[in-house]
Amino acid sequence: MDLQDRSAGRQAYMDDSLGPANTLWRDALRRLLRHRLAMFGAVVLTLVAIMGVFGTAIAPYDPNGMDFANRFASPSFAHWMGTDDFGRDIFSRIIVGARVSLLSGVVAVSVATAVGTSLGLIAGYSTRLTDEVIMRAMDVLYAFPAILLAIAVLAALGKGIENAMIAIGVVYIPIFARIARAAVLGIRNEEFIIAARALGAGNIRILATHVLPNVLSPIIVEITLSLAFAILAEAALSFFGLGTQPPDPSWGRMLSEGRDFFRQSGWMGVFPGLAIFFTVMGFNFLGDGLRDALDPKLRR
Amino acid sequence: MNYQYIAQRLLLAVIVILGVTFVVFMIMQIVPGDPARVVLGPYASDESVQGLRERLGLNRPFIEQYISWLGNAIRGDFGQSLLNGQDVAPQLISRMGPSFELAMVSLLFGLAIAFPVGMISALKPGSAIDVVATLFSQIGVSVPSFWMGILLIIFLSLHLNLFPPSGYTPIWENVSDWFHHIFLPAFTAGFVSASIQTRFIRSAMLDVLNANYVQTARAKGLAERAVVLNHALRNALINIVTIIGLQITALFSGVVIVEVVFSWPGLGRLALNAVEERDYPLLQGTVFVVAVMVTMVNLFVDLLYFLLDPRIEYA
Repeated sequence: MDLQDRSAGRQAYMDDSLGPANTLWRDALRRLLRHRLAMFGAVVLTLVAIMGVFGTAIAPYDPNGMDFANRFASPSFAHWMGTDDFGRDIFSRIIVGARVSLLSGVVAVSVATAVGTSLGLIAGYSTRLTDEVIMRAMDVLYAFPAILLAIAVLAALGKGIENAMIAIGVVYIPIFARIARAAVLGIRNEEFIIAARALGAGNIRILATHVLPNVLSPIIVEITLSLAFAILAEAALSFFGLGTQPPDPSWGRMLSEGRDFFRQSGWMGVFPGLAIFFTVMGFNFLGDGLRDALDPKLRR
Repeated sequence: MNYQYIAQRLLLAVIVILGVTFVVFMIMQIVPGDPARVVLGPYASDESVQGLRERLGLNRPFIEQYISWLGNAIRGDFGQSLLNGQDVAPQLISRMGPSFELAMVSLLFGLAIAFPVGMISALKPGSAIDVVATLFSQIGVSVPSFWMGILLIIFLSLHLNLFPPSGYTPIWENVSDWFHHIFLPAFTAGFVSASIQTRFIRSAMLDVLNANYVQTARAKGLAERAVVLNHALRNALINIVTIIGLQITALFSGVVIVEVVFSWPGLGRLALNAVEERDYPLLQGTVFVVAVMVTMVNLFVDLLYFLLDPRIEYA
């Protein structure tokens, strides 16, 4: 067999091996596109992402620009969502605040996914003792109210949005560890893993190239749903004054700053909350849709 | 009764409490700044800071400090607050009751909403009620509880004057006043957990309603009411209790947030104050008490299994 033949054979093998996988993901995408709530979530999230990326460029006013002649202006054509106690335009602040929300969600969930998935893969694939040690530690973290744990982590790291992202990430590590471990346990004795080991593949190689691709779907679903919770948690911590610091706008912080003025200017309490609500709902709908699309067996 | 299972759960509860307090104790060790300096202020001399460190035991190795703190905590001594010098224990005791009451009433409110809604939507899948219930559970999980609290305060307290926006009356002083004060915070925390529970109760009931023994009961000619109440519900309860157990920790998280919104004099607000003032004997004490509370409620839920399903044998 000459070199060309061999490369053609290899190509055929790759095409063959990519075929079914491709169809699997294509089927999932088709199911996702037909899922109405998921598509609604995707549209909402696209809008929020545009707000987050272009922020100040598309905001009608300077988000931190004060206008004392226009304090507590109710919603109007000039100020769609009214103004706050410093005369700042609430709509502009909500647009710019989208960046903080999305960024903190993404960073927190990235921390949780990277650390949690690695720990879960290791726990599921290694000896019983390592598994027990890792998973009991995860149980301990999981058994404690998330927001209180985040507050305690922030006590050590200090206030501020970067630290809040890490704190939220730490809190969600056990969820990813559990999912990854459960998925590994489901496939660790499958023939293709045993075959890879028989061919001399090392543990890290097996984990990265054979196990990880097979546990991706539950992790993708969990990432989407965790983004919803992370954004809620960031908003709560900023509401407590532990996340974003003034004068930067963040949705949670806007709610806490407006607290003293809700009686006369209720809109200060309504719009930032709606922004959080729609973004979180977007991720929840998309996550549900992804779950239905990636694992039709689970669908009810 | 399976004593081995109970012993196992008790052991796990102890491990969780030790683990959480250890983690928080470790976190407090990396707090920037010296606790002794926090107490004495920036102008204190190095000698007096050293003296206080010695007195507070901060110069001892970490493990020694943890063990001595734990030993004292078990005896009910949580040390003194760094800021006002008062004992931490009485502050914790006075906050435990309100937090526990709020958590339990929230749980009841949540179940009072989720149980009927989840049951009806499972009994009539595809009906208008089912669609509304599904939508409620999907939308409910997205509502930030602190925002919902704020909206309720704006409309029901400030505009309609139906409920007080904050405050607390002990139940033994005046029950109706207590209920008046606890209603909004408990409804807020309960609503969010109800939206999650509705989904699980619905799917637990659906699973059971399609099981063979339920079909058999129907085939025997039993009335639908008897099938649902005696055959389906009893079995679905096991799954439902599992979900409630898993929800307890999340519920306490919700309670912490709601306490801040409604100025409820509970442990959540105390923890937040402790962080703001960098008063960590107070924070450590609060974390310990919350860990014990959450673990005990979880343990209680675990043991409920025995009453619900005598078949369960735990290894």
